[in-house]
Amino acid sequence: MTGDLIGLGVLLAKLGFVLVGLLLIAAYLVLAERKLLGRMQIRLGPNRAGWHGALQPIADVIKMVTKEDVRPRGADLLLFWFAPAVTALTALLIAAVVPFGPDLHFLGHPIPLMVVDINVGLLYALGLSSLGVYGVALGGWASNSKYSLLGAVRAAAQMISYELPLALSLAPVVMLAGSFNLREIVEAQAGLPFAIVNPVAFVIFIIAAFAEAKRMPFDLPEAENELMAGYHTEYSGLRFGLYFLGEYVNMIVLGALVTVFFLGGWHGPLLPPLVWFMGKVLAVVFVMIWARGTLPRLRWDQLMHLCWKVLTPLALVNLVVTAGIMVLAS
Amino acid sequence: MPGLGHDIAEGLRQALGLFQGFAMTLRHLFRRPITIQYPEERRVLPERSRARIVLTRDPEGEERCVACYLCSAACPVDCISMQSEERPDGRRRAAWFRINFARCIYCGFCEEACPTLAIQLTSDFEMASYDWLSLVAEKEDLLIDHGGKHPDYNFYQHAGTDQAGGKGGHEGEYDPVDPLSNLP
Repeated sequence: MTGDLIGLGVLLAKLGFVLVGLLLIAAYLVLAERKLLGRMQIRLGPNRAGWHGALQPIADVIKMVTKEDVRPRGADLLLFWFAPAVTALTALLIAAVVPFGPDLHFLGHPIPLMVVDINVGLLYALGLSSLGVYGVALGGWASNSKYSLLGAVRAAAQMISYELPLALSLAPVVMLAGSFNLREIVEAQAGLPFAIVNPVAFVIFIIAAFAEAKRMPFDLPEAENELMAGYHTEYSGLRFGLYFLGEYVNMIVLGALVTVFFLGGWHGPLLPPLVWFMGKVLAVVFVMIWARGTLPRLRWDQLMHLCWKVLTPLALVNLVVTAGIMVLAS
Repeated sequence: MPGLGHDIAEGLRQALGLFQGFAMTLRHLFRRPITIQYPEERRVLPERSRARIVLTRDPEGEERCVACYLCSAACPVDCISMQSEERPDGRRRAAWFRINFARCIYCGFCEEACPTLAIQLTSDFEMASYDWLSLVAEKEDLLIDHGGKHPDYNFYQHAGTDQAGGKGGHEGEYDPVDPLSNLP
């Protein structure tokens, strides 16, 4: 009984730590992105609210909370209200299976540093990232706006297409680690991270992750030039904030997944594991921002061409080659 | 049909192009931002930048404006109005002179039209106001006590003036020619 209570307490503590940490990082990631993009364009970026703009996220939140909650005429209100939560929720839920450090030992009990240690964590993460499509597609459809609908259609097609190379590039990881469990995948990289063992899968996963996060070279669902804001054109106030939050949490979570699957998770010399993990996640996130500052948006046909004619075949070939090498090596 | 070698070379070329872009943004990340933070930092505007309109004075301290109505006629938005009058010494001037800055588009046509270089545009651009009427400037608001961009120019010394005792003269004027001196 007391064991259960302690277990519950530990679970709640981990839940709170991950949730608060994630939301805080997401809030400051917005600021970091604006700052970095500004500096890449030789601008200063936000610097009015607080020291070097340190209070900007708080100002943004206050602004969003106090904005009018606009409902477009003819919108499907139930779906319209529900959809942003799906995006934010799926992004947050993926974080539950991400291990951010080696097991702690407390009173002789091992405490895995992840919210839930499930044996098919990889499938769970992929499944939830697929569910994230619903938030975008339903939100765009329920808005009763042509821009939203076009953005939603694009987002659905893009995210469903890029799930294929995303999952296929993870197959070699599963084969190399021999497990679907994220903690065991990280532990399998104690010697050499999979990014070095299988660089092709790493590159494919990174590109597909960019597309899943709807980040710069693949941000057609919210292409400002032609679709205003794409699927969230009609959203305002906190509902828009939820989409925004979901997008940035998704960025962090995908950064964490890249770290877990390919960069060796918390493994690293000298520094404590948590620092290594956070450093790697933030490095991946920085690359995402860097790409946004550098690359122009792909055309729609180029996007599909890249997915179906380049990444997917490459991932399949990589899968077969990896399997062949593993068979020969054993 | 180009071979596989060509494809690989092309792919490498494109990948190189990609990384050149990334290198460029990374370099810019460590450059000093060129932002001028406006209310605190201001840059010096060019001498000929066009903003608030003034009426200047000649080196003797007299109003340059002779109320010829040319600026008013040149103004595409009709924001300049005035009434001319004559001073006791015969020199013309504006009885009143009014510019509606709420209407002015700062095109500078008035400055180009002015024969006496009286009306001039300055670089003082901070004129925003919540009150329309505060943007209507009368002659007292427009007159300044120096020559603006042309401090040494004095219109009457070029055009000549009526003098109390007969015909006057002007700068660079030739002496009257005695036609009889041309005789052989």
